[in-house]
Amino acid sequence: MEYRIDRRGGVTTYMQIVQQTKQALRLGLLQPGDKLPTAREVVEATAINPNTVLKAYRELEREGLVEPRPGLGTFVRRSLAGPQATPDSPLRSQLADWAARARQAGLGREDVAAMFAAVLDDYPLAAEVAVPTRPSVPSRGSHESEPVEDGRI
Amino acid sequence: MTQDESGIGLEAFGLSMRYRRGPAVLSGCTFQLPAGRICALVGPNGAGKSTLLALAAGLLAPTEGRIEVFGSPAGGPGTRPSIGLVAQDRPLYRFLNVDDHLRLGRELNPRWDQPQAEQIVAGLPRTGPVGSLSAGQRTMLALALALGKRPDLLLLDEPMADLDPLARHEVASVIMADAAERGTTVVISSHILAELEPLCDHLIMMDEGRLRLTGATEELIASHDMITAARAEDGALSAELEGWCHTVVGARATGRTVTALIRPGSDLPQGWIAATPTLEDVVLGYMRNPLAPALLIEPLQDAAADPNRKAAAL
Repeated sequence: MEYRIDRRGGVTTYMQIVQQTKQALRLGLLQPGDKLPTAREVVEATAINPNTVLKAYRELEREGLVEPRPGLGTFVRRSLAGPQATPDSPLRSQLADWAARARQAGLGREDVAAMFAAVLDDYPLAAEVAVPTRPSVPSRGSHESEPVEDGRI
Repeated sequence: MTQDESGIGLEAFGLSMRYRRGPAVLSGCTFQLPAGRICALVGPNGAGKSTLLALAAGLLAPTEGRIEVFGSPAGGPGTRPSIGLVAQDRPLYRFLNVDDHLRLGRELNPRWDQPQAEQIVAGLPRTGPVGSLSAGQRTMLALALALGKRPDLLLLDEPMADLDPLARHEVASVIMADAAERGTTVVISSHILAELEPLCDHLIMMDEGRLRLTGATEELIASHDMITAARAEDGALSAELEGWCHTVVGARATGRTVTALIRPGSDLPQGWIAATPTLEDVVLGYMRNPLAPALLIEPLQDAAADPNRKAAAL
């Protein structure tokens, strides 16, 4: 797992590490039992603040995705390569339906991309406010909670 | 590590400094830097950054006030071995070669880490006099001497100033890896905040010897909003916003849009859209407006260095 930090983008370094780890979990590049790179390895490759790496790992831990094992490192607990990401998932097909409606409404590819980016930009704020009120145990298999989880990405 | 229980790496109380009968270079600086933080020290030329670093290293004695390193007065016999300094002029012995410098470091410092120093100077020519090295190579050697001491507090005065982009990345990697492994408290000064932003989690901004901003970068950012509105005239802007208990740090009009950096008070008046500023937005806002009131955020005692950092660095 190698992190690539974009310094010009609006996304904070901490969020980039969280997102790239989740992306790797979603694509199956990281699987349960795998060890995340140490803070030292990450900062040596990327020249970023080590506390940022640890904060990102704590966030992943809070979401139940990884766990620290004292003296050994940080390990993946569960994968995100779930049914919600596959081409035949309900979310994916809903998005495809929506894209078709957008085309009918006369929106071009760039219009859709801009609208999607704008919605995603609003989302992390909304989701962070919502977090404390949600149950901390991820309800697997329950479709209601999954869009929120996905929207944070 | 020799850090005491308070968890404060560097602390100044009413610190003032003047050279001979000149004007005050620092006046009334009071701040706390929690141990384990990586602090950007920024400000325009003549702000007092180098003086502050020299005081922290114990190379100068303050005119008034005091400065402490892990709870002991800076420059005292106990603090010297725990401080690494890369001064702006990279003081080296120009007729000695790289190996001679490492030998000096080894023989003068009880905690000397030869492999660490060797690793940093690996790319340098070892036998020629140091005077013939490039500015960037001298910086690497000065950094090797500072980190070879295994310091608890690392003070870096403009470490990136004369480096090409590759060397800059290399220097930043070496400093961050050391901080990750040993929990070193680091203070890095620079004019260029952009190159420090990914490195630091704490900020001290000075201007004309006074503190303008201090605190964790996250808290400094969270204390401000960047707000925008469509507005033809901006004369009444400050009055309008101050009516809502906002402190306006700065406002700029571009075409029909007004953008302002504020410390939010109550709700925003209608028509304004708030967004999170970057650290650079905040610092530039205070640099543009010398009259903006300083914001000095005291660290919470439990917000000090993460005790798990060493474990997680494994």
